[in-house]
Amino acid sequence: MAIIGFLVRRILTGIVVVWLVATGAFFLFFARPVSTVARQLAGHAATPQVINEVINNLGLNQPILVQYWHFIDGLLHGNLGYSYFNQEPVTTMLKQDLPPTLSLVIGGVILWLVVGLTVGIISATRARSLFDRTSSVAVLIGLSMPVFVIGELLILVVFVPLNQHGFTWIQTGYAGISQGFLTWMGHMILPWITLAAVQAAVYTRLMRGQLLDTMGEDYIRTARSKGLSERRVTFKHGVRSALTPVVSQLGVDMGQLLGGVVVVEAVFGLGGLGQVSVQAIDTDNLPVIIGFVIIAAIFVVVANIVVDLLYALLDPRVRIA
Amino acid sequence: MSEPLASAGTASTPADPAGDDLVRLENLVKYFPVRAGGLVRRTVGQVQAVDDVSLSIPRGQTLGLVGETGSGKSTLARCVAGLIPVTSGRVIFDGRDITNLSRGAMRPIRREVQMIFQDPYSSLNPRRRVGAIIGDPFAIHKTATGGERKRQVQELMERVGLNPEHYNRFPAEFSGGQRQRIGVARALALRPKLIICDEPVSALDVSIQAQVLNLLSDLQRDYGLTYLFIAHDLEVVRHVSDSVAVMYLGRIGESGPRDPVYTSPRHPYTAALLSAAPAADPDTAAARQRIVLTGDVPSPIDPPSGCRFHPRCPKAEAVCGQQEPQLEAKAGDVATHLVACHFPVQAGENLAAAGRSEPT
Amino acid sequence: MSITGIEAASQDAAASEGALDADAAKIEGRSQWQLTWRRLRQDKVAMAALAVIVVIILLAILAPVFVSITHHPPNIAYPNTGEDAAGNPVGPMTNGFWLGTDGTGRDLFIRILYGARISLFVGFVTTGIGAVAGVAVGLMAGYFGGFIDTVLARFTDAVLAFPYVVLALALAVVLGPSLTVIIGVISFFSWAAIARIVRGQTLSIKEKEYIEAARSLGAGSFRIMFFDILPNLLAPVLVLATLYIPTAIVFEATLSYLGLGIQPPTASWGDILADAQNFFQTSWWYVVFPALALLITTLAFNLLGDGVRDAMDPRTERVLAAGRGRRKRRGKRQVLADGQAGLAPAAPYVPPAEGS
Repeated sequence: MAIIGFLVRRILTGIVVVWLVATGAFFLFFARPVSTVARQLAGHAATPQVINEVINNLGLNQPILVQYWHFIDGLLHGNLGYSYFNQEPVTTMLKQDLPPTLSLVIGGVILWLVVGLTVGIISATRARSLFDRTSSVAVLIGLSMPVFVIGELLILVVFVPLNQHGFTWIQTGYAGISQGFLTWMGHMILPWITLAAVQAAVYTRLMRGQLLDTMGEDYIRTARSKGLSERRVTFKHGVRSALTPVVSQLGVDMGQLLGGVVVVEAVFGLGGLGQVSVQAIDTDNLPVIIGFVIIAAIFVVVANIVVDLLYALLDPRVRIA
Repeated sequence: MSEPLASAGTASTPADPAGDDLVRLENLVKYFPVRAGGLVRRTVGQVQAVDDVSLSIPRGQTLGLVGETGSGKSTLARCVAGLIPVTSGRVIFDGRDITNLSRGAMRPIRREVQMIFQDPYSSLNPRRRVGAIIGDPFAIHKTATGGERKRQVQELMERVGLNPEHYNRFPAEFSGGQRQRIGVARALALRPKLIICDEPVSALDVSIQAQVLNLLSDLQRDYGLTYLFIAHDLEVVRHVSDSVAVMYLGRIGESGPRDPVYTSPRHPYTAALLSAAPAADPDTAAARQRIVLTGDVPSPIDPPSGCRFHPRCPKAEAVCGQQEPQLEAKAGDVATHLVACHFPVQAGENLAAAGRSEPT
Repeated sequence: MSITGIEAASQDAAASEGALDADAAKIEGRSQWQLTWRRLRQDKVAMAALAVIVVIILLAILAPVFVSITHHPPNIAYPNTGEDAAGNPVGPMTNGFWLGTDGTGRDLFIRILYGARISLFVGFVTTGIGAVAGVAVGLMAGYFGGFIDTVLARFTDAVLAFPYVVLALALAVVLGPSLTVIIGVISFFSWAAIARIVRGQTLSIKEKEYIEAARSLGAGSFRIMFFDILPNLLAPVLVLATLYIPTAIVFEATLSYLGLGIQPPTASWGDILADAQNFFQTSWWYVVFPALALLITTLAFNLLGDGVRDAMDPRTERVLAAGRGRRKRRGKRQVLADGQAGLAPAAPYVPPAEGS
């Protein structure tokens, strides 16, 4: 039952955090001179007439706190505002853009964890071997590369030649699962690798280091002397305790993950939440950006709660106090 | 109530406020709270590190404070130095009450009370040059700058037996004994009145110990220093002290001028310590019988009732566990030789026979 | 007043100590920096990386010289010589373009050089700001402890976990995308990474006896922090800073790539690479050369940083399969990896409980 208490507390804190973020964003954007805001929202080519229209329609002349109240009120009703540029409610837009982002995130995270941890474990158990040294070099390079460069290089080296020779399975852009599982994968495979690459490098190094340290501990030696097979010793004991710092690092990395998602979407033209939000900069589409900020906050909060649950699961000393 | 300890050789008149005693501790108590619990840390107990200690040190003399680990002697030292706040009681320095002064008020006092630390390896900042380390007191109290400071620092270095040309070296380039001399130089810089030596030679080799001890006594003679000398090695204490106090679990068991305490210890604990000290003369050593104490030193969080030593004492009887003995002079002793015991050791008594014993 | 029997031995010891002194009398103390530099000099990889960095810096500084050699300023397009018939960029070593041209016919090599200026500038400036701010915050949090520490530590953690995209977006909206936004965003995060580790280091340094000695001398808090703790922090901070520079450079490139930072026509590696995507089919050099420039730069800083770290403390980080001295290494590793291994709980200062 401690779990329920823990969840309740974290969810409440999470709500507070999201609310704070939303408030911060709102005031950052709207607590500026009315004309600035209006001009931004109305677009670059707006005439004074249009600008006035915008001011009236959106109530920009009202006191900031009144506007804030409307904003919060709208939020609580699931209304994120109206994109003037696209002429549609922000929530509709965001819902459309969710599938690519979700596909990317889930596939990418799985890939990076699997690869990162596996390579890390193997490197640690076969330290100094050829495998280890090769992976160390790969890790170093991976750490030095920006995500978008990896993406671009992958497109250049994989997508372009393959397509030029008629192998069209791998594509850029997005295709939903509804268009066929294989098609979907074909579009997603490069983005997944891109998103996973840098993070996998970080986690490989982290896992390797942690596992090496753990394997040197006395209780591992005891387990071995009890006659357990090496594999069991490694996995049941070593990996398990080496995993905890990795999990806690995951929590911190959620912020990085978001950045990676935005970049990968931009590189491959997936049209997900991230890309749309960044494009919204060009058009000064404030409601969309605020919408993205709020969703990002929710994502980070939820992810952190999940990570903390995982951590408590792994480490019996940490009880959800 | 325990009485102040007057120095050997003076008449037993109580010291007047600013008179003979440079330092006086009155009923000093220092407890450390033990906190437990997760989110809200409550105090579940107290570590009774120093429990009602009263001492005094006359000017120009050395008080040797002896005790094992856990006896509270280092804590006491830090209370006197003003490094940790005192729970109750008073610290009187040169006639002034310096108990729990604010940092600002304490600052001028710090020029007169200095400390030498035990570990020569961690008491000097490894990233600073020796000249800077010794010059710190001048810088902190703004008494000398630039060339004048350097000159004084080099003078100090010479005085403690270091080569002044090594002004720009790092502590890592010195041996343990030399580092301790650096510590001495640093403590001496502002010509303090009192120097608290917290086991200054415990971490040194025996041959080096002698050098440092000689240095300390030379300095005392030349500068009229007063020392509070803390150690666990009885032979060292005997060598340097004018008077001695033995601590056990936060309380003084016995105190007095050096010779009476060493030749006729009254407290069983003191007797046991003395019997365990190595004797240089093999014949004496063979003849001596070690008094082996049973049990471990109890925890200062939950000290024994009555006399704190009673669980391990070969002479303990029922009253020892019930009533705390007062620190007072016993019949036939010098008036300043005080002991807190219900059944003090008598002349000629063989404690080794009374308790468990083994020949050395 | 000497201990008989020991005096003779002690005089022997004094004599040998004196001999040591005479030998080394002329040598002034070798600081840790000099020792580190000596060790670093022997690390071939690190030296190579250092050389590469120096070359890159020189190239960036000398960019105008190259402009006068090639007669191609960075923002001028050459539709005639710089583009082929179809309007695509021309390849390396054609028409006087050493590395070819970009999408609008500008000299790619020159633009890469000017991009290097931006990258290096951002890298050093943000790291500098981050180092100063990070040390200040970490030092205060670690030294003062208690409430100040709780507040600062939580704030630092919050910043570290904050998604940078969100901040970049928000700032870009309000300020308009620019170099200022980039520097603001990157500095915002750089100090946090450093502060976290500095705090950990300060916590452990604070417990050392020489700090207690300083207090007993009457030194005030700021004096202790500045003269006693800070010198012990410089080494790890230097390593961290060196390793943060490539992060900052990548950061800047990413933000420019997304369009949140440097705006065209100013050359930035991120911008160049963004435009290069449109020309994958036709002009591989447009992607490859800027990417290589980025890669080489970040790789060099990473290798140098690793080298500096190893040179600072030669005992650590030789990770072996069977640990030798694992306890010691473990301690160091925890300290250096603190920023990666998750929250280090604040340890309240508990005074020594027992007597000695």
